[in-house]
Amino acid sequence: MTENLSSLLYLASSVCFVLAIRGLNSPETARVGNFVGIFGMLIAILTTLALPSILSYELILVAILLGGGIGTFLALKTKMTSLPQLVALFNSVVGLAACFVAIAAFYRPEAYGIGTFLDISSLSIVEMNLGSAIGAITFTGSVIAFAKLQGLVSGSPVTFRGQHQINALLGIILSSLIISTIFEQTEILFWGILCLSFVLGVLFIIPIGGADMPVVISMLNSYSGWAACGIGFTLGNILMIITGALVGASGAILSYIMCKGMNRSFFNVILGGFGLEDPVIQKQNTADKSIKSGTASDGAFIMENASSVIIVPGYGLAVAQAQHALREMADILQERGIEVRYAIHPVAGRMPGHMNVLLAEASVPYESVLELDMINRDFAQTDVAFVIGANDVTNPAAKTDSSSPIFGMPVLDVENAKTVLFVKRSMASGYAGVENQLFFKDNTMMLFSDAKQMCDEIVQTLK
Amino acid sequence: MQPDSIDPFIFGITVLVLACFIGYFVVWRVTPALHSPLMSVTNAISSVIIVGAFIAAGPATGNFAQIMGFFAVVLASVNIFGGFIVTQRMLSMFKKKG
Repeated sequence: MTENLSSLLYLASSVCFVLAIRGLNSPETARVGNFVGIFGMLIAILTTLALPSILSYELILVAILLGGGIGTFLALKTKMTSLPQLVALFNSVVGLAACFVAIAAFYRPEAYGIGTFLDISSLSIVEMNLGSAIGAITFTGSVIAFAKLQGLVSGSPVTFRGQHQINALLGIILSSLIISTIFEQTEILFWGILCLSFVLGVLFIIPIGGADMPVVISMLNSYSGWAACGIGFTLGNILMIITGALVGASGAILSYIMCKGMNRSFFNVILGGFGLEDPVIQKQNTADKSIKSGTASDGAFIMENASSVIIVPGYGLAVAQAQHALREMADILQERGIEVRYAIHPVAGRMPGHMNVLLAEASVPYESVLELDMINRDFAQTDVAFVIGANDVTNPAAKTDSSSPIFGMPVLDVENAKTVLFVKRSMASGYAGVENQLFFKDNTMMLFSDAKQMCDEIVQTLK
Repeated sequence: MQPDSIDPFIFGITVLVLACFIGYFVVWRVTPALHSPLMSVTNAISSVIIVGAFIAAGPATGNFAQIMGFFAVVLASVNIFGGFIVTQRMLSMFKKKG
């Protein structure tokens, strides 16, 4: 296969990848989009295998079957609640693959036409080290993120004195080592950069708390793209550069959206330790504030007599595995002619769009699931807001109390509904450590129970 | 400078910058409801790194680079199969009313 032909086929493959992302505009076109993406990958793989430099196929076939088997197994067996872990794991895999490709290119640069062993052109060696460094950071960072999400290590931020200074120092050392490869190439230097990057990946992620994981996963997703991009530059492969840029841009935009959803700057999240810096949480005099609590039958009665209900689900819903019970409740209400919709906050769930997938899995039609911007005005014309497993994202203090740590965060205006039913296990505050003023409003009724149990009981009463 | 003597690096940068713009505009148009599938599908496509892995694993003679290439192909395949399949699984759950 000539170089021109393979370049054209790589271009076709890039176009397929753009179309695959483009398809995610709406659920209708997304499925076709995914197949276009698979087709693009097939073109890329077959084109490369047809290159004259590929001589032995046995090893490659074994590797594809082995990896493909593992990937298929993971993709089919993972529960949708564990989706963030799976994505973290996949991110780490891309990072490590980038490292392996860089190592291979370092020891056998002739195969890639970038020089000879320890005499690689200076531009290529910098690009290679950059790619392997980002890959290594992505790998260990994602492994830590995975461990935090899976509960293998504590999700709370790990901080120590001088942490940021140490990270900054190591970052500077890493950059200067990469630049120094222009002047001198040694094996020790190459492996040193790789090992330092592995360490940095761990140090970057440990100070970030479990609830900030949506940002971290998006960020690591972005890194995996830039790693592919760096390797693409080394190998002079246009397809890898284009795809890496697409993935990098996608992850960066998602990180931005997640940060905005929490009203926190990107640096604030990255520097980590949220919720630890100021343990002086305003303990407002809660004693003289009264709350109204009710039972499942109270809740069922109120909803039965409503004409419209908006359900506000949060991650607690997924923890309690209450999606199906909730949908059953919504179905009964809908059968009685009550309009039921769902309001999703950008950071509901542990990764971007997680809550939408969880509701879709419970067979909630996607038209009734609306984003914050789309539904927020409708609360004023709604009879019941049913908050389940969410807390901070409904706190009116974010709009009114400038001293609150969550001030400025976009919240769902549930207090505008005629009645707010708030399902919660106890009065404990949410992840931000802030008391929710909503609890003390006249139109709020607290339903103290486990999310799943409450939904089941309401369903029983409604029947 | 003659057009045929453009440095491959400059060519690469040109492609990179344009691809970033395409990525920016395409990704902003993705509906927030499908952000999870977006992450898993970008996961899958970032494994085009397999192209580089093939070149390392491809030569007929065995050496250290080839072993590294083998591992890279295994890892990238995990991601390609896993990423596309889990995306498909998610997308198949998004249904309309009725």
